[in-house]
Amino acid sequence: MADYIEPTYAEVNKDVLRAMMETGPKYWATLGTSITVAAVCFFIPWFYQLEVGVGAAGMNRSAVWGTYLSNFIFWIGLSHSGTLLSAVLHITNSSWRKAIYRSAEAMTLFSLITAALFVMVHLGRVWFVHWTIPVPNQMGLWPNFRSPLMFDVMAIATYLTASSIFIYMGSVPDFAAVRDASSGLRRKLYTIFSFGWRGTAREWHTLGWAYTFFAVLVIPLAVSVHSIVSWDFAMSLVPGLHHTVFAPYFVTGAIFSGTAGIVTVMFLLRKYMNFERYIREIHLVNLGKLLVLLSLIWTYINIMEVFTTWFSGSSYELEALEWRLTGFYAPMFWEMILFCAVVPLLILFKRIRTSWKSMLIISILINIGMISERFIIVATSQPRKFLPNAFGFYFPSIVEISITIGSFAVFTTLFLIFVKWVPAVSLYEVKETLKPLRRSS
Amino acid sequence: MSTVLEKFKKYRKPGYYDKFDYHWTMSIDLDRCTGCEACVVACQAENNLPIVGEQQFAMRREMKWIRIERYWEGEYPNIKLQFIPMLCQQCDQAPCEIACPVFATYHNQDGLNTQVYNRCIGTRTCAVYCPYEVRFFNWFTYEWDEPLEQQLNPDVTVREKGVMEKCTFCIQRIRQAKDAAKDDGRRRVRDGEVTPACVQSCPTEAMVFGDLNDPDSRVSKMARNPRGYHVLEELNTTPSIVYLKRVHTDG
Repeated sequence: MADYIEPTYAEVNKDVLRAMMETGPKYWATLGTSITVAAVCFFIPWFYQLEVGVGAAGMNRSAVWGTYLSNFIFWIGLSHSGTLLSAVLHITNSSWRKAIYRSAEAMTLFSLITAALFVMVHLGRVWFVHWTIPVPNQMGLWPNFRSPLMFDVMAIATYLTASSIFIYMGSVPDFAAVRDASSGLRRKLYTIFSFGWRGTAREWHTLGWAYTFFAVLVIPLAVSVHSIVSWDFAMSLVPGLHHTVFAPYFVTGAIFSGTAGIVTVMFLLRKYMNFERYIREIHLVNLGKLLVLLSLIWTYINIMEVFTTWFSGSSYELEALEWRLTGFYAPMFWEMILFCAVVPLLILFKRIRTSWKSMLIISILINIGMISERFIIVATSQPRKFLPNAFGFYFPSIVEISITIGSFAVFTTLFLIFVKWVPAVSLYEVKETLKPLRRSS
Repeated sequence: MSTVLEKFKKYRKPGYYDKFDYHWTMSIDLDRCTGCEACVVACQAENNLPIVGEQQFAMRREMKWIRIERYWEGEYPNIKLQFIPMLCQQCDQAPCEIACPVFATYHNQDGLNTQVYNRCIGTRTCAVYCPYEVRFFNWFTYEWDEPLEQQLNPDVTVREKGVMEKCTFCIQRIRQAKDAAKDDGRRRVRDGEVTPACVQSCPTEAMVFGDLNDPDSRVSKMARNPRGYHVLEELNTTPSIVYLKRVHTDG
């Protein structure tokens, strides 16, 4: 952009901290709405379900997994881009990441929390969920480490811990900046948050070293988490799930939907928190290119999945495939292909790639497609297993639909609280990208 | 190194046992099955299975640890009706057992695939992994209207909402027989001392139950029958239920 004027160091601080500290009525209205929606659509139906039993949902025999699990995969997937993208781009020294990585990492954290909530919602007896944690106990009982669900508990707990530390560590100098710019209680709080950061050379050195170390650590974690989520499905015998391609399929899909999620969040941050000077066209274009690449990989894996199913010649697999492609949920399947394989190709056109509005629409469409993908995986495989006598059908109940909608409000609420507590754009890393010439102006 | 390998191999064995004390097995002669569903009713009475009601039944949430699957073959008028009683196959390589994160389902020393209701947290993974669709989830806490609660079997737990359940081969009867054998000073249960409710109620004696470890038991003889096969054998679950193929007179 020709008319772009780089901000000075002071302006960076001012812009970002203003967005954090000055809270208008619009923010309170949004927060109030999202808390209300989260309570009404998510928590009240969930408590009702806890009271009567999981029968409040639409699941039945042969389709004992439903929307809760498909949403769980979706949210885990959405969590992928953030930390992974931030870490990969940090290691590859891509400086354009610096303005967006904080909010991307926050997205990771909050979608992981939402995903974990869905596990709770899914369980029949959630009040015993601690039994999945290997804690020595009087009964001498231990969780089953052969179970892919057990891997899942481990992987998600590790990922959640690592991502939290990753985002916190990267924010310490910014907490110090908040501390320096504020007074009173907030100053005291951020003194604690910033661990007494003074900005000495040694501190910067340690931070840089530790941050790179964590970035390297987080990448394999992110890949493993979604591979393991895919094994929950792939390790079963169920036709349509029992595929070796599932791990890369899930990981690709996860990064795909997560990257699209970042584009959506970027648009909103830019629009409503006035970050135009920091979140710029280069971010949009780069993420757009990434989306095209991921979409192509995703399409390839989808073709391979259908091909290997057909090539296996197994009657069970063919039956399940046929139902997926032409059965009740076929419109959803083809909608997914349209949104995730065809629509992203539009990004190849420069006019679309550089327009915020069109990218927002594409990113939302991609995530609608990804939600459908997860739903199709869950809802079209189990009702067509092996014995025709047990063939069934699954359709979500009103409770499930409500909880699904509510989960977005839960995520939004967490994110809205986040932007008022942590600078949503990394102050010190943005400053690193500025031209040294303007330092003193 | 070799001891580690040995340990690993042992760990890989179902239920960690080298050899089962008993290997409870059932044979079902499809030539004798008339599809009368007496076994279904007997199981319902013995194992405190709830009656879920019309609406829940329509949603396919019925509880039937054993069901008679009906398959029609051919086109009218040359049509044949086949029955297959389907119950938990007590697989030796059970897909459900690896799935449970908390060991609520595991293989016991009798070669049974057991379900511990108290341990179940309701992930329902076992039901997804089961190729035979014989695991049933308690979607609600079911209640029995008076005076029906009077006929509940005191030897069997009544399950609450949120747990998985399935055929146990009437484990309460197996326990009683084993206790009786111990009290008599015998070490082993004799053939014919244990009969699950479905086997007991079968009017055509299509089902035979016993210990496969005993080569002279009735069920061992049945299992050696050339008509014997396992359902979905190609999935390598090694089920404990042997079906005897139906013989068609018209070839």
